[in-house]
Amino acid sequence: MSQTRKEMLVDPLVDNNPITLQVLGICSALAVTSSLQVAFVMALAVTFVTAFSSMFISMLRNQIPSSIRIIVQMVIIASLVILVDQVLKAYAFEISKTLSVFVGLIITNCIVMGRAEAFAMKNPPLDSFIDGLGNGMGYGLILMLVGIVRELFGSGSLFGVTILQTVNNGGWYVPNGLLLLPPSAFFIIGLIIWAFRTWKPNQVEEREYKIQQVEAH
Amino acid sequence: MSDTQTPEPKGLIARFLAASPDSVGKTIFIAVAVCLVASMIVSAAAVSLRPVQEANKLKDKQINILQVAGVYEPGIDIAEAFAAFEPHVLELETGNFVDDRFDPNTFDDVAAASDPELSEPLENDPAGIGRKAKYRVIYLLRDEAGKLDKVILPIHGYGLWSTLYGFIALEENGNDIFGLQFYQHGETPGLGAEVDNPRWKALWNGKKLRDDAGELQITVAKTQPAAGPDFYIDALAGATLTTVGVDNLVKFWMGDQGYAPFLNKLQAGEI
Repeated sequence: MSQTRKEMLVDPLVDNNPITLQVLGICSALAVTSSLQVAFVMALAVTFVTAFSSMFISMLRNQIPSSIRIIVQMVIIASLVILVDQVLKAYAFEISKTLSVFVGLIITNCIVMGRAEAFAMKNPPLDSFIDGLGNGMGYGLILMLVGIVRELFGSGSLFGVTILQTVNNGGWYVPNGLLLLPPSAFFIIGLIIWAFRTWKPNQVEEREYKIQQVEAH
Repeated sequence: MSDTQTPEPKGLIARFLAASPDSVGKTIFIAVAVCLVASMIVSAAAVSLRPVQEANKLKDKQINILQVAGVYEPGIDIAEAFAAFEPHVLELETGNFVDDRFDPNTFDDVAAASDPELSEPLENDPAGIGRKAKYRVIYLLRDEAGKLDKVILPIHGYGLWSTLYGFIALEENGNDIFGLQFYQHGETPGLGAEVDNPRWKALWNGKKLRDDAGELQITVAKTQPAAGPDFYIDALAGATLTTVGVDNLVKFWMGDQGYAPFLNKLQAGEI
């Protein structure tokens, strides 16, 4: 592995971002980004789960039988997710009321499984932990970007603090209702991917088909 | 290589670790071991955190009751403020308290709604709740002189995406609305979730349930009905179906299938 540990941590933020480059973990990014506070807690939860599941799986990597490796990974991931859910219910009750369903769905988040299968099964525990941390943060970064746009223009606030006084509360800002609905996250993620790939053209994928110019006879 | 029994324990572990992970014995062993360890961690977390979670739930419910009664302020002692509220188990059909049969402090009326013994299926079901509990826990708030001040009634019904659970607070005459509040729902943020908007909730204050003839007139709609502004709450902009849901559930719970028998008794001065 030629990557340094710093690269493992920083690469997934922009250069190898799980959402914008690999286009993984989209479903939860749609669901939890209508308010920043929820998106932030979700990002923390996913980062915790990816980091520790990668670490534990890496510790066991030489002992996990390949025939049941996915199941073993799932058991470890699922246990950590339940742990996060229980802790949220105990110490962040208000947020857990809106987030509980989606926390459960971290189990099926492709990023967690992807890192476990692609990285943790082949690398030592500390590297896997850092890799998980980096990927969780890359996911969180996009979640926060989408959350900022959706909450600011959808409800006129950031982290629940009013920035643009909405008409419903006697202000001037007519909120954009579309941004509160899940499809808007698709548009925003699409725009972010466009921005990233314009900034770093090497992320642009090769076309699978090319229209060929044939000289006319 | 297989994990055959050898008398030396140290050798056994070393051989086990060195064994190919794909042997049948090792596959079964790893599966069982991982499951055991994971289940122990999960159950330990669930059991040790349960008291905190239960306390959170209770506190959340109490805060909502305090809020709907208009006595909540940030920073007050919840348990102390809540002690002023007097819980009773109400039999909906008769409008009588049945505190001798159920303990009002522990009776769970939300769970009772799915218990066949304590609930009944609904044929006429505008609120979309399927089954109705025969008993509900209600709260009475008395003033310092011991006179009845407010009545807090739990209500719920289906909106657009979810069942809305909440409380309605009535004045002592059982007809004037003091406030309404939902403590749990999954309506669209910014649209249906505006049921939580303080400005909209404030519209409920001072409205009346029934007219002088005793007809239930309260309406949540886009246009004001004939009964007049005393019985009318403006709809939520952009949330037609949530509005219809709230309208239905308030009419249902304040009607004959809901609290009407109790409210009649309250007005007749029998409570």
